[in-house]
Amino acid sequence: GQPLGILDGIPVAVKDNFNTAGIETTCASNMLKGYISPYNATVVQKLLDQGAVLLGKTNLDEFAMGSGSTDGVFGPVRNPWSYSRQYKEKNPSKSPSENEDSEWVITGGSSGGSAAAVSSFTCFVALGSDTGGSTRNPAAHCGVVGLKPTYGLISRHGLIPLVNSMDVPGILTRCVDDAAVVLGLLAGHDPKDSTTVQDTFKPFELPDSIDVRKLCIGIPKEYNVPGLSSEIQALWSKAAELFKDAGAEVIEVSLPHTPYSIVCYHVLCTAEVASNMARFDGLEYGHRADMKQSTESMYAATRREGFNDVVRGRILSGNYFLLKENYENYFVKAQKVRRLIANDFVKVFGSGVDVLLTPTTLSDAAPYVEFIKEDNRTRSAQDDILTQAANMAGLPAISVPAALSKRGLPLGLQFIGRSFQEKQLLTVAKWFEKQVKFPVIQLEDMKSHDCSGFPHQKSVSSL
Amino acid sequence: LVSWVPVVGLEIHAQISSNSKLFSGSQVQFAAPPNSLVSFFDASLPGTLPVLNRRCVEAAVMTGLALNCSINKKSLFDRKHYFYADLPAGYQITQQRVPIAVNGSLSYSFCIDNKMSQMVTKTVRIKQIQLEQDSGKSLHDDARSQTLVDLNRAGVGLMEVVMEPDMCCGEEAAAAVRELQLILQTLGSSQAIMAEGQLRVDANVSVHHPGEPYGVRTEVKNINSIRFLAKAVDYEIQRQIEELENGGTILNETRAFDSKLGCTISMRDKEGKQDYRFMPEPNLPPLILYDAKSLPANMNHQQVVNIDWIRERLPDLPSVKRAKLVELYGILPEHSFTLLNEDGLAEYFENVIKHTQMKPKKVIGWILNDLLSYLKEHACEVKDSPVSSFLLADLLNLLERKEISSSAAKQVFEELWKGEGKTPLEIVKEKQLELLQDQEELEQICQAVIDRQEDEVGAGMLG
Repeated sequence: GQPLGILDGIPVAVKDNFNTAGIETTCASNMLKGYISPYNATVVQKLLDQGAVLLGKTNLDEFAMGSGSTDGVFGPVRNPWSYSRQYKEKNPSKSPSENEDSEWVITGGSSGGSAAAVSSFTCFVALGSDTGGSTRNPAAHCGVVGLKPTYGLISRHGLIPLVNSMDVPGILTRCVDDAAVVLGLLAGHDPKDSTTVQDTFKPFELPDSIDVRKLCIGIPKEYNVPGLSSEIQALWSKAAELFKDAGAEVIEVSLPHTPYSIVCYHVLCTAEVASNMARFDGLEYGHRADMKQSTESMYAATRREGFNDVVRGRILSGNYFLLKENYENYFVKAQKVRRLIANDFVKVFGSGVDVLLTPTTLSDAAPYVEFIKEDNRTRSAQDDILTQAANMAGLPAISVPAALSKRGLPLGLQFIGRSFQEKQLLTVAKWFEKQVKFPVIQLEDMKSHDCSGFPHQKSVSSL
Repeated sequence: LVSWVPVVGLEIHAQISSNSKLFSGSQVQFAAPPNSLVSFFDASLPGTLPVLNRRCVEAAVMTGLALNCSINKKSLFDRKHYFYADLPAGYQITQQRVPIAVNGSLSYSFCIDNKMSQMVTKTVRIKQIQLEQDSGKSLHDDARSQTLVDLNRAGVGLMEVVMEPDMCCGEEAAAAVRELQLILQTLGSSQAIMAEGQLRVDANVSVHHPGEPYGVRTEVKNINSIRFLAKAVDYEIQRQIEELENGGTILNETRAFDSKLGCTISMRDKEGKQDYRFMPEPNLPPLILYDAKSLPANMNHQQVVNIDWIRERLPDLPSVKRAKLVELYGILPEHSFTLLNEDGLAEYFENVIKHTQMKPKKVIGWILNDLLSYLKEHACEVKDSPVSSFLLADLLNLLERKEISSSAAKQVFEELWKGEGKTPLEIVKEKQLELLQDQEELEQICQAVIDRQEDEVGAGMLG
């Protein structure tokens, strides 16, 4: 017979905050445990129309709130690299009796399950979502490519929202070429999503030989944040050198409002969360508490039982910022700061810079036992710092695996491009990917976990 | 006795007459089986997004133009948050910051002391018209301690028309609403039938002494007809005056009109004033409207709403229709009001005129006195009248040609009302109501009568 499309027979995984018809969609929350969605998200439908095989829904932080994929009701996601030879070599167990499991590292988040699925060879592509870095962060930690497209390029219809004005579906793949292929299938106007642009999207193929001599790479100095590991700093410089040696112009640039972006993000994110979560009242679908005293008491019990602390904390904050007496000082102010942040990028890209090069994360993946020592809010504030300005500005950004850390874990670097210039962005990313030749994960047989290693990395487009 | 100045403003919600809802494709239909017209979006299923219905925008523009408003070429959508069983998303999408139309006016007329001869014309300012979603319906089943929720109405498009407090009594409020109703029905933007919930009116009422600032206002809800509107407003004005004269104060509260008792009752909230935490609706871009000047040359006319295009196609408004009737037919202004007040009566009148030689000034008497009183007595609408305009025209022709007397005509009319399918001529012949035209025949009859009288006189005189 005829192949259904480019992805015919290709296994894919989808983050569990995308609606999948007839299949449980939980957002890793008690609120939606057992919720069978009656429709497919547009992006899911597009994949299925191409013949992709949906392997399963992947784990995440509850309602995509978090940077570790540790706060969902199904438990934390383990980074496959925890079980790689590369990691084990650098972190030998102190004694044979010690539980190996205490050393495992997080995937980052919130699309940790999707990143892990691609990283461990269970599928060729996974969908994530990206609101403050939720696709790029786990991509960096899991050694896979994580693409955040321009806001408005890919439909959000069916993606259960965190922050409507910043969310985008994210694409996680093993290589940049695959990301370009999937982007071509998913991008384009959707009448069901009024925030998608009307312009027709032209899918593209990336060239095999790329000349970076005409490029201007910008290095934003504000991204050299305190807390950035020396390893990543060195890697970042090395990458800049790579481009310079190949003939590209590499200059330092300034995005002066970067330090305000985290606070600004917190106000806007929590405000939208408070609004978006208002629909979960136990009446129409999802969890309903067994409380019959009054409608109000049923709402309260349902929402207390259905949401974890992270979600409830954000709802409370968000409602506070939206109160009449606070609205101007918080919400409107934050929107104004958002405009300033976006304008920083406009200025820089307007001055001749084609693509920005920055780190994706502050360091390699932390061990789970270390990560959970701080709360979700603290971690998010730390981990989102390099990624979320791109969401504020709606710009496309991609994390590409660059090298292994001293501990044998992946380190990624981020490229941020101009609005709707994914082709240029991905071309630069592909060139970089070719230069660094990031190693394939070597998964070993494990006693308590089932995993088979694939000796060769195959890309979708070569099939 | 100190004088009081009552002040009345109105908030009117008119359901837009459209095939589908404001932001979703589900149907709009009165009295359908419960929850049979509910799309995923209406039920607030997670991941669904609003898509603006073009027809609803056009209805709002038409209404704005008919009410002499400025149409905002850019208007915005907002979320208004509160928890209630009939509001599935936990917020209503409305236009709080920048509505679609502002600063209009409405002229209305009414008779002083119900005398048809003294008509007064007044104007009320229209503050704004905004597009917003209707909520579902909840029915409280106290017997089983439950609430039944029907979402058929959830998401239906509404135009909220805000009338400034330029009115002073129930009669004015009623007349203003009646005129608005006629305008909406003429435009077709809303069927505006109060009994079907397509037109809902809330009244804002306060009183103050002349020269002093406005008093505290109350909001009166649950008004189900224009008649009750007048009653509710007048009651509330009286209540406030009495309260203040007895040394009391007026609370800024919501009161419900009880039509059985004819009074308003406090609906005091336990929590106090609601903070709706307004926030811009992030899933809907600003609504941009065009006119002939601003319309870009290459824009597909299907994709945009052109204010001038709509303006050119506005039908004659009631005030214009009335003026035309007065001018064409020489009837009194009061008559034109009555003609337009009854659905179909003006068309009926004009059809009679077309088919009769009788002068309009005489026809109008038959319409307003005879036909209308029969219709009222039998609670019958013009369209269901057993006496069609053709039949009445035939009858009036007989009268005009002096074939019957006017008292005979009234008898025929009564007979026609039985709706037995007989023509006026048939009834005249049957009941022998013809006026005799033949001189000789008349003389013979008169002579016969005189002869009989003479016999009787003679008999009397003899005896």
